[in-house]
Amino acid sequence: MDHFRGEALSWEVSAGAIELALHRGPCNEIGSLALEELEKFTQALDSLSRNAHALIIYSTIKAGFCAGADLRELYQRSHEMQKAEAVSGVREFLERIHRVLNTIDAAPLTSIAAVHGVPFGGGFELALVCDLIIADKMARFCFPELRLGLIPGFGGIPRLKRDLGNGVVRDLLLTGRSFNATRAHAVGLVSQLVAEGEALRAARATAAQLGKFDRRTAVAAKKFIKPIPYHELKQEIDLFCQLFAEPAVEAGLRKFVESTDLQPYLP
Amino acid sequence: MPTEQQTLDEILNLAAQHFKVPREKLQPDEDFFRTLNIDSLQALDLLTRIENHFQVELPDYELQGVTDFRTLAGRIQGRL
Repeated sequence: MDHFRGEALSWEVSAGAIELALHRGPCNEIGSLALEELEKFTQALDSLSRNAHALIIYSTIKAGFCAGADLRELYQRSHEMQKAEAVSGVREFLERIHRVLNTIDAAPLTSIAAVHGVPFGGGFELALVCDLIIADKMARFCFPELRLGLIPGFGGIPRLKRDLGNGVVRDLLLTGRSFNATRAHAVGLVSQLVAEGEALRAARATAAQLGKFDRRTAVAAKKFIKPIPYHELKQEIDLFCQLFAEPAVEAGLRKFVESTDLQPYLP
Repeated sequence: MPTEQQTLDEILNLAAQHFKVPREKLQPDEDFFRTLNIDSLQALDLLTRIENHFQVELPDYELQGVTDFRTLAGRIQGRL
């Protein structure tokens, strides 16, 4: 399937690059629908990769790249269940999203996240599976999970540790604060910082450059430079599920869901 | 280094420009969430613009309880 149009995302191949567009309001929250469509994408990825040398992931939603997990769906579903059943449901969801993100992380082509606005939580984790992050100056990165009594659950901690100094990782995780793209570029998270609205254009120019080189060499280099921390990723799921069982999480989720702010993102 | 009043004036100009409202509508001591009818995500957007303009970084938790431009200017001034 070399092109697809779903409710949460679409893809097509253009000029040797697979372009995966996220387009579900309010800000591409990752719940069961987005996960199903991401799974469709990763099932097609092998076949798509035969005719492409790059993957660009971007958002057409004005608010940003992706605001993370669909916390309203998570609260509604877990609220109605016994705790053990809720934790089991969360584990299943996490294992599925990890399979998706690990597949993208290991994809045999160079991947680029073209980021604007909000890459928060799971959205930040989606950007982190890519080989390169190109961000416009208005982007802000954040792991707000601690505000809910949780840790990032989509692989963010092992991947952040893979890319950044531990001090920056601790700052992001323990304060739950966001930082802007200029700072993200300064610490080496973002490889290119561009003007507002220019991330996708810059990603396409980069993808064109990537097409000049021997594909097998690039794939071998990527595998060598960017190992996937499978063991730590599994440990992250275990810790997330352990924390999810605590009362603080339900209280944190309820506060988020009941907020009168449409998108309650201030810490 | 700019004075706090200069910082405040620049922030008011940035906010007016960003949210496309007349500069006169923005008062230093009024609740900007109400005046501009913005949510927290839009407030973060404004923060990014201010950080880029002044070339400073302000942890967003320092915005807790900040609802007026004068207090915001004070926080930014503290980072210059």
